Amino acid sequence: MDRMSPISVLVRNETGVLSRVSGLFARRGFNIHSLAVGETDDPNVSRISVVVAGEPPVIEQVVKQLRRLVSVIKVSDLTDKPRVERGLALIKVKAEPARRGELLQLAAVFRARVDHVDNDCLILEVTGNREKVEAFIDIMRPHGILEMARTGQIAMARGRGPMADYWAGGGPDQPEEEATYNLARTSDPNWDGEQTNAFPEREEK
Amino acid sequence: MNTPAKPIDPQQSGQPFTGADAVVAGLKHQGVEMIFGMIGGQIMPVYDALFKDGGIKHIIVGHEQGAAHMAEGYARATGKVGVVLTTSGPGATNLVTGLADAFMDSTPLVAITGQVSSGLLGNDAFQEADMRGITMPITKHNYQINSVEELPEVLAEALFVALSGRPGPVLIDLPRDVAVAPCSRVLAAPSAPTGYKPPYRGHPLQIGRALKVLRTARRPVILAGGGVVSAGAHEELTALAETAGIPVTTSLMGLGALPADHALFLGMPGMHGTGYANLALHQADVILCVGTRLDDRITGKLEAFAPRAALIHVDVDASEIGKNLPCAVPIVGDAKPVLKALAQGAAGWEAKPDYGPWRRQIAGWKRRYPMTYAERPGVLAPQRVVETLGALLPPEAVIVTGVGQHQMYTAQFYPFRRPRTLITSGGLGTMGFGLPAAIGAKLGRPEREVFLIDGDGSFLMTIQELATAVRYRVPVVALILNNSFLGMVRQWQEMFYDQRQAETDLQPPPYAEVARAFGGLGRRVTAQEDLEPALAWARRQAAERRLPVVLDVAVQRDALVLPMVPPGGANAEFIPCPGQKKED
Ligand SMILES: Cc1ncc(C[n+]2csc(CCOP(=O)(O)OP(=O)(O)O)c2C)c(N)n1
Ligand SMILES: [Mg+2]
Repeated sequence: MDRMSPISVLVRNETGVLSRVSGLFARRGFNIHSLAVGETDDPNVSRISVVVAGEPPVIEQVVKQLRRLVSVIKVSDLTDKPRVERGLALIKVKAEPARRGELLQLAAVFRARVDHVDNDCLILEVTGNREKVEAFIDIMRPHGILEMARTGQIAMARGRGPMADYWAGGGPDQPEEEATYNLARTSDPNWDGEQTNAFPEREEK
Repeated sequence: MNTPAKPIDPQQSGQPFTGADAVVAGLKHQGVEMIFGMIGGQIMPVYDALFKDGGIKHIIVGHEQGAAHMAEGYARATGKVGVVLTTSGPGATNLVTGLADAFMDSTPLVAITGQVSSGLLGNDAFQEADMRGITMPITKHNYQINSVEELPEVLAEALFVALSGRPGPVLIDLPRDVAVAPCSRVLAAPSAPTGYKPPYRGHPLQIGRALKVLRTARRPVILAGGGVVSAGAHEELTALAETAGIPVTTSLMGLGALPADHALFLGMPGMHGTGYANLALHQADVILCVGTRLDDRITGKLEAFAPRAALIHVDVDASEIGKNLPCAVPIVGDAKPVLKALAQGAAGWEAKPDYGPWRRQIAGWKRRYPMTYAERPGVLAPQRVVETLGALLPPEAVIVTGVGQHQMYTAQFYPFRRPRTLITSGGLGTMGFGLPAAIGAKLGRPEREVFLIDGDGSFLMTIQELATAVRYRVPVVALILNNSFLGMVRQWQEMFYDQRQAETDLQPPPYAEVARAFGGLGRRVTAQEDLEPALAWARRQAAERRLPVVLDVAVQRDALVLPMVPPGGANAEFIPCPGQKKED
């Protein structure tokens, strides 16, 4: 099964930058699960949060292809990092007055907010990581979802993390950062099977 | 590169400086001497500025695709950036093939396209085309300039991006209102955009690991690609190969990186590679790949490529490493410093590995599968024409090709002895690349002989550039290997489509007459004994009359490019040259 990899991309905030990034995904056949774009505290820099489905070598290519884009300042693959991940969904669900109580109970379990109530329906707002949002949607489905809107997932590494360096004056990507590589393949007796990374010093840090 | 920006005094000329003047001043400031292009409405201000300035030579082309290929030929022959200038809409869209070609072959170009005024953008104005959108997937980067204030920086940055790291084409879309707006700051020093830091030196630890792997190898091969040529790393490559005694094969784009007559040279691998290069890669235990994309024409069926080998992969573009094949020792860096470090490391080996048995094994394959071809009395074999030319021309001569069988014959039988002497469309395989690229190469290296080896189909695609060659007196010699076929496709029809020759039979016009009608020189060659005199004539005429010369040479219609790995097949299962039997 393909893993879901959250990848954070800092880009120069210029027109067309989103289509550069999304075009890259389409062109190379990378499978975007969700995408969110927003400003950062630096007006010249936007952050694109993208969740990609793929095996590790595919994710490695995603990261490297993103780094190739001149508009991209920094890329960080958060797949294996402790992180906070959030998305939001607005769900309009059928709710005659008689069913309302049950729905509100379920919403409370998921700490979903009630944004609208009338005699016909509710609008519920749920926030959380992908699993939580999807679990809530699954719970609501049998009650009759009339309409739904979801944001892409945004993610941030816990602790200082690689992106924080950027703001702390660490600046943009060193090319060596986080270079991970496809595994070696050999049946050669001379080969000691050692796996290497293009930039071992960074890796060992 | 780092000359301080020197503002030009707007008062000197009496007229205020505009964005268009800033374009010309900026290009000149960064050493641009020549531009290829075609005028039109939205780019007129820049042409006007060029005209007033007079300091940059401009070549008017027959078609903007020709301008892009000329700029490619210029860039590939000189190592400098090729600059293209066109108007908006159709002028700009005509560049698409050339930009895609340059992107695939990592050729540094800067294309400046006119655009409708900012206020009209998005309104489908006359000759509006979204060049930023159209060229996003086929440029290294592109820009649309929003205001005249940012113009000097964008121009400086564009040239820097095109040439640095892994080179490539960059497009600047210039709305007309920006071109005519008054511009106070004219020049900017070349600079890198935020976050753009191409790697240069490979990591020393990785280089150490690569050396360790090479030292313990028994059957190593170096596979060098176009990255070695564009990095100017041919001497380092030769040094490493000779110091360690490792055989070298080069991709189409890498031909010339090691002299063809070098004892360690195996020719080109892959679909039309030599049997011995393919067998060497197949049996290798370590392959040092440098500046190569390992594309499907090299690897054949991926799973069957070099099944016993651990790969060391050196590339300035990290995304090429591990893209097609898993890699044991990745080295992200420029070919030149990395190869230099590897050669130095190998020179310091105490116990030199003995690759002698391996080289002898390869020598056996060389004897068994030599590069040969079928000849028949009465009609020239295309390979014979290429070999004859190769024996005549000096090592510095530049060879440009179209795309098809003639291109592969050239790669197989022309003895490339210097880097940047083969200019060919490798990645995109663009028919029509040849003539304009040859013109660009000759304009960039006027002291060198430039020969185009073209096909009768390819030549027709950009034949209008003969007018350009005549107008600017660019003495290229075009040698057409005329088989009156779209030969490469016909070969596939013969081999894989049961001989059904759908639309590959050509009736090319009499090219020698066509050349004369354009104002150039031309000769048709049919007899074998006329070939050498005709070549001598063409070289003499080109040198003396400073005109393009077309030699339309009739060759065997049914020749095949061999060896050949059938598409999707394993490299080791190549079909050998005529008369050779494959041993299992
Ligand atoms: C622009 C373009 N269109 C089509 C092709 C497909 N194609 C590849 S080789 C070839 C035939 C080339 O014929 P010619 O130039 O006469 O060369 P030959 O193979 O006969 O030497 C064709 C049609 C291509 N590579 N480029
Ligand atoms: Mg032909």
